[in-house]
Parts: sequence; structure tokens; C-alpha cells
Amino acid sequence: MVIEHVNGEKKGKVMLYALSTCGWCAKTKGLLRELGVDFDYMYVDLLEGQEQDNAMNEVEKWNPNGSFPTLVIRDKKSIIGFREEEIREALK
Amino acid sequence: MNPAVVDETEIDRLFKTLKNEAGNGGYFLNPDVDFTKNLVRGLLKNEHRYGYSACPCRLASGKKEEDLDIICPCIYRDPDLNDFGACYCALYVSEAVAKGKKITGPVPERRPPRSGRIKKSAIHILSTAPLNSLPLPVWRCTVCGYLCAREQPPEICPVCKAKKERFERFI
Repeated sequence: MVIEHVNGEKKGKVMLYALSTCGWCAKTKGLLRELGVDFDYMYVDLLEGQEQDNAMNEVEKWNPNGSFPTLVIRDKKSIIGFREEEIREALK
Repeated sequence: MNPAVVDETEIDRLFKTLKNEAGNGGYFLNPDVDFTKNLVRGLLKNEHRYGYSACPCRLASGKKEEDLDIICPCIYRDPDLNDFGACYCALYVSEAVAKGKKITGPVPERRPPRSGRIKKSAIHILSTAPLNSLPLPVWRCTVCGYLCAREQPPEICPVCKAKKERFERFI
């Protein structure tokens, strides 16, 4: 299972690309839980080979730097890094 | 041993070592101990699964020679401390941040994206141009900037403790 799902209030598709070791990714995931929204997340460092490459290609579509966390909201907007206010605003 | 599981005593031990080394070298760890220990856990996890302590906030390739720039402390730490008061992970922070006089926000990624990374050999040559009549080559630590003139770089940087492979030939 590559994508993990967290149940919550539906606010449209919310996808978090993260690393299992990254402090800011953990904070971002914690904020999404606190906000109680329905979201998916993926730990890209836990993938291997082609699966990881595919995930990175997807991340780079939204964030050419390929950095983490990359949060994609409703397939329209991406928020890069733990930008608390921006995330709260986008998921109001 | 499951590489994903990191022992708490191991985390405490590395945390203490890093804190001491930071103090001795004029650096500061993030004063948020829980946050910092979580990063230390990530460092140890990376050490176990890749064989080198890659930055916990960046995706490592598993090939050490491609990731020399992001072995913690990464070569981006010092410029990020100067510009943003924290390294990319915020494991290290500036003195002002450590003392609560300043707060930091997200640090933008300074490492080039996958497509723009230059593959360098472990000890590469920056330039050989003007001063090639010097009796010895000058080596630069890519982590802290320490320079020394000798036949080979030292095994360990005497300033920041980075290993020999992280030196580059400067002159």
C-alpha cells in the first residue's frame, strides 16, 4: 500500500507527499489531523525503484525542486514546506 | 535488525554527541528537544538503511557518492543559517533563534533538483588556474569552509568533524 488514507471532513482531494524522517513533514501531517480534514499521504522514502521515481515525477509536477513536504490541494494548488497559515487558509 | 526501528538510547546518545559538537564548534541545535530528537531519529534511520546519515528532510538516493552534499551536516547548513537562521531541517539554528530572540519560517530548498545535480567525484577539483605554483594543494571542507594546505585532506575536518571525502580541492 503506497498511499495511506486518513478519514475526516471532505474538503476535496488533499494529497501530502512526505518523508517518514522529516520533521516538517510530521508537523504538516499533524496539522492536517488537527484540522480534521480527509487526506491522503505518501512516504516517498519508503518506496523503491520505479515506484519512487513515479512518485518523484508527480511531486516535481507540483514542485520542481522535488522537496518535502509538498501538499497538493484539490489538484490545483500546492503548498511547499510547513506553511501553517497558508495550509489553514486553503482548507478553511 | 529492522532498519526502521531506532532505539531510544541510541537517539539520546547521538543527540548528546551532536549537542556537544555543536557547542564546541560554535553551532546551536534547535532548542525544541522533541522536534530535534525526532530529526536525530531520522538521521539514525538513514544511517541504518543507507549506510550514511543523510539529511532526514531530503530524499536520499542510497548512493553515497550522489549524496555527499546532504550528509548531515549538509553543505547547505552554513548559508541557510546565515540567510534564514536555521538549516533546512532546523536541526541547527542560529544563536539568535536558539536564544529565542528570533523565530524562523520554512527554509527554501537550496539543493539543486534531481535534474540539475552535478555528479562530482568524492574529491574534485574546483580550479587549478592561477596559484598552481604553490608548493602544496589547498583543500576546502565543503561543510564548514575550513582550508588547509597539505598533500591530502585530513581524515576528519578538525573544525566540523566532516570526513575526508567531503573535502574538495580549492587551489
